[in-house]
Amino acid sequence: MTEPVIEVHDLVKHYRTRGRGTVHAIDGVSFRLERGKVLGLVGESGCGKSTTARLLVRLERPTSGSVRVAGIDVPRARGSELKMLRRRVQLVFQDPYSSLDPRQRVGSALTEILRVHHIGADERSRRAAVTDLLEQVGLLPATADRYPHQLSGGQRQRVGIARALAVRPEVLVLDEPVSALDVSVRAEIMNLLMRLRDELQLSYLFISHDLGMVRHLADEIAVMYLGQIVEYGSWDEISDRPRHPYARALQAAVPIPDPATERTRARLEVAGEVPDAAHPPAGCRFHPRCPLAEDVCRARDPVLAGLPSAPTDYLVACHVVQRQAAEPIGESRR
Amino acid sequence: MTAVLSVQNLRSSVRTRAGDLEIVHGVSFDVAAGETLAVVGESGSGKSFTALSIAGLLPAGARVTSGEVVLDGQEMTTLPERLRRATRGARIGMVYQDPMSSLNPLMRIRSQVAEGLVAHGWEKDKAAARTLDVLGEVGLPSPAAIGRLYPHQLSGGMQQRVLIASAIAARPQVLIADEPTTALDVTIQQQIVDLVARLRDDYGLAVVWITHDLGVVARIADRVLVMYAGRVVEHAPTQRLFAHPEHPYTAGLLGSIPTPQDPHGSALPQIGGAPVSMSALPLGCPFHPRCPQAEQRCAIDEPPLTDRDGGQAACWVPPAQWRPA
Repeated sequence: MTEPVIEVHDLVKHYRTRGRGTVHAIDGVSFRLERGKVLGLVGESGCGKSTTARLLVRLERPTSGSVRVAGIDVPRARGSELKMLRRRVQLVFQDPYSSLDPRQRVGSALTEILRVHHIGADERSRRAAVTDLLEQVGLLPATADRYPHQLSGGQRQRVGIARALAVRPEVLVLDEPVSALDVSVRAEIMNLLMRLRDELQLSYLFISHDLGMVRHLADEIAVMYLGQIVEYGSWDEISDRPRHPYARALQAAVPIPDPATERTRARLEVAGEVPDAAHPPAGCRFHPRCPLAEDVCRARDPVLAGLPSAPTDYLVACHVVQRQAAEPIGESRR
Repeated sequence: MTAVLSVQNLRSSVRTRAGDLEIVHGVSFDVAAGETLAVVGESGSGKSFTALSIAGLLPAGARVTSGEVVLDGQEMTTLPERLRRATRGARIGMVYQDPMSSLNPLMRIRSQVAEGLVAHGWEKDKAAARTLDVLGEVGLPSPAAIGRLYPHQLSGGMQQRVLIASAIAARPQVLIADEPTTALDVTIQQQIVDLVARLRDDYGLAVVWITHDLGVVARIADRVLVMYAGRVVEHAPTQRLFAHPEHPYTAGLLGSIPTPQDPHGSALPQIGGAPVSMSALPLGCPFHPRCPQAEQRCAIDEPPLTDRDGGQAACWVPPAQWRPA
């Protein structure tokens, strides 16, 4: 087994708020990402996926648990180690517009990053490096003279990616990188990400609410709900044969470009909305919305565990799925 | 089926420093009671501008320059302004993408829904009663309690339900929904799609659903209008459009969605090039610089919208002659 580039163990992040109590943004999340691989993190708002991203790049520190990225103990990194972390892992945001300075030309923004990280011997070599970076993400050298508002959404996201690549990272944390883009542009950015991963041997944590996009790129997928991983496995196991009722609802939301199928496909009805993370429901956190919920789901928190019938790297946290898997084949489900 | 809403050759433009810029360039369609027409296009295609033109809600500096909007047999564009507003408001309900920006944060839910009704000539007590009913109709639990709350006390999905309640409170014949699910979580999107479909069936609403999400289109639309550069480039029954698109842009949009049948990690088909800018339209077909099927003629003459296999398309090159992508 290769050495993982990300190793997260029992990660917890709570926010104490005035009035609302303690928000359980992340509650005991563990996963690992191997070099050159893509881990998809899927879930909806409030599931903790963006908080996970922020903890990985040290924009925040966890309440407890461990995070190692490229061999560095993230919460404890100081001095030169912290600098090293900033070069090894980079975050790409959903909306590149909000992360680019509107008054700074693209070229000068990129040159500045290189200067800060002492990359390139002088300004001339840095400018040449900027041209290379732009080319790497499929932009013309002339883009360097543009301001962010002069670019299309797709071009801005390419600049966002170029900026992340400037420090030659090993890992990219991509937080909904294509969600704000038009349909035709999404495909371009997805293709770019796949090419860069292969060319630069990058590892990705790809965060999205869109299981269809994640399916396409990820080697493994973790489904998150209210701060916990509820299902984890290889991409095909999760996207094509999800067992957890929440993951099944996400799968049902992936569009099938065929009206006949789209209208008749079976859908698990998920009621209501995500509850307040300051007061997560007792027992299984999904039970108030779950069409399969039973008494045990209201009483006990399910444990993330494997199934006898599933591959060894597969995990699910659902009482009903676990019980059904344990029943002998042919026995009726009541 | 008779059309409740009929739009004929609609053109709208916006005033800019460089003169009038046309955003909607001759859009025509009909929608019948109980029918859903999806208007599909990417940002800058003019789909939202078309909706605002129909609803009479264009921002200052923008105006309808020609064409007809016929609502239940009545031509709206020639009506006096005051009458037009009253008629449109009562007969066309409108729902937007971001519920929080369409709701008044300082007003209780019941007051904002009732206020709309009073503006359309309802008496106060009747408006109050109707408000409670309609909050229930959109599936909000305990309407009386919800009515007392302020928008920020509701979740995004509930806010969108309130907005839909507001839109249908006066029992309009037409509901225009402009990306109503885009800002919502996927499980909530599904609930809102189901809700609008139910309201359409229960009240025989003519629904115009503006979106870039082809999954939603496949689910609820009877017909689809594909827009590019302020024009209709294809118009067809949903089933036919998905089965065999007659315009290369439609084919490109459909092709760029990853499906569960795609080989894992394969390159996704992409349209390529940059979306067109209305201030710098190319000569000929506006899509030709990005079109994989473009021929010489496409760079010179703009193709008209012509009848094609149960629908219409604006393209010189028939699909039988398309080169494989």
